[in-house]
Amino acid sequence: MLTLEFVPYDEIATMSSIGRIRKLLNIAKKDKIVLLEGRLKKEEEAELIKTTMEEINEEFKGIELEVIYPVKSNADFITKLKTNFVDFIAGNRLGLTIIGPSSIVKAIKKDPTKIQLLAQELKNKRKKRKK
Amino acid sequence: MIKFFPSFISKVMNVLFRGRRSIRLGVYGPPNGGKTTLANRIAKDWLGEEVGTVSPIPHETREINVKERITVRSGRKELTFNLFDTPGIATKIDYEDFLKHGLKEKEAKKRAKEATKGVIEAIKWLDNVDAVIVVLDATKDPLSQVNLTIIGNLAARKIPVLIVGNKIDLKKAKIKKIEAAFPQYSVVGVSAKYGTKIDEFYDELLNIFR
Repeated sequence: MLTLEFVPYDEIATMSSIGRIRKLLNIAKKDKIVLLEGRLKKEEEAELIKTTMEEINEEFKGIELEVIYPVKSNADFITKLKTNFVDFIAGNRLGLTIIGPSSIVKAIKKDPTKIQLLAQELKNKRKKRKK
Repeated sequence: MIKFFPSFISKVMNVLFRGRRSIRLGVYGPPNGGKTTLANRIAKDWLGEEVGTVSPIPHETREINVKERITVRSGRKELTFNLFDTPGIATKIDYEDFLKHGLKEKEAKKRAKEATKGVIEAIKWLDNVDAVIVVLDATKDPLSQVNLTIIGNLAARKIPVLIVGNKIDLKKAKIKKIEAAFPQYSVVGVSAKYGTKIDEFYDELLNIFR
């Protein structure tokens, strides 16, 4: 069974970068898939990868990370302007960040209309055996 | 006053020798994109030496390799830089993946541990580079989150970037996909292994970073 934990942006809005990363990584390390409303700053994404690497061991193998953001980099000027305005007002609330432990999530594929989350086969087999 | 003096001297020295300083050129990207193959190609073409070893097993480069004072020339243009070949950036490292490549368990675990340290070093070094070549495997989806995070971080730091779509010798390579994914950047397709279109790469390198 996959467990998804939704984290509203308000929960991390006032946190420091380290606090945000800690919170999200702690959820992922409990074998849950994080659905964060909005997205981290680019520097925080790099810091998340760095912290993940520091904590890798035989149990925790890392994460799958994907950010779904509604505006493409080649969007027209007006669309970018609108998005920048919303970002300015609402912070980084636009979009959705998915973080899953790599022991459970094999890959996250995205296209403009859907998100595919591919679960690890081995884990499924183990769980089936347990049942 | 005492604290101010060394920084003043440093500033004066920077102004006097600005033109002579080599830029710190980083080679970044996900694992197995061909970063070291390209770094070797550059270093061999202009210094006659290689930077590091290459392997089909991911995370062959697990520490930053440096080649100093490489000068690339094309026509009247010239660029001197110190080249920093960095470990591939990944969000997960599982020693069991190395077992599939024939490594023994002890060896695989050691490699995984070194690889995690390598990723950390590569991310830390983002603050120490002046310009970056991002090497992507042109046969793979360019919009992976690791690629977006690397390029987003370079943009946030205002570091000039040249994107190289490597492995164009392979049928599945799609440079247009990389160009469409990153329209605001210069993209050059090369085969670092065979040297295909390497002159175009050097021209673009001089255009962007000189």
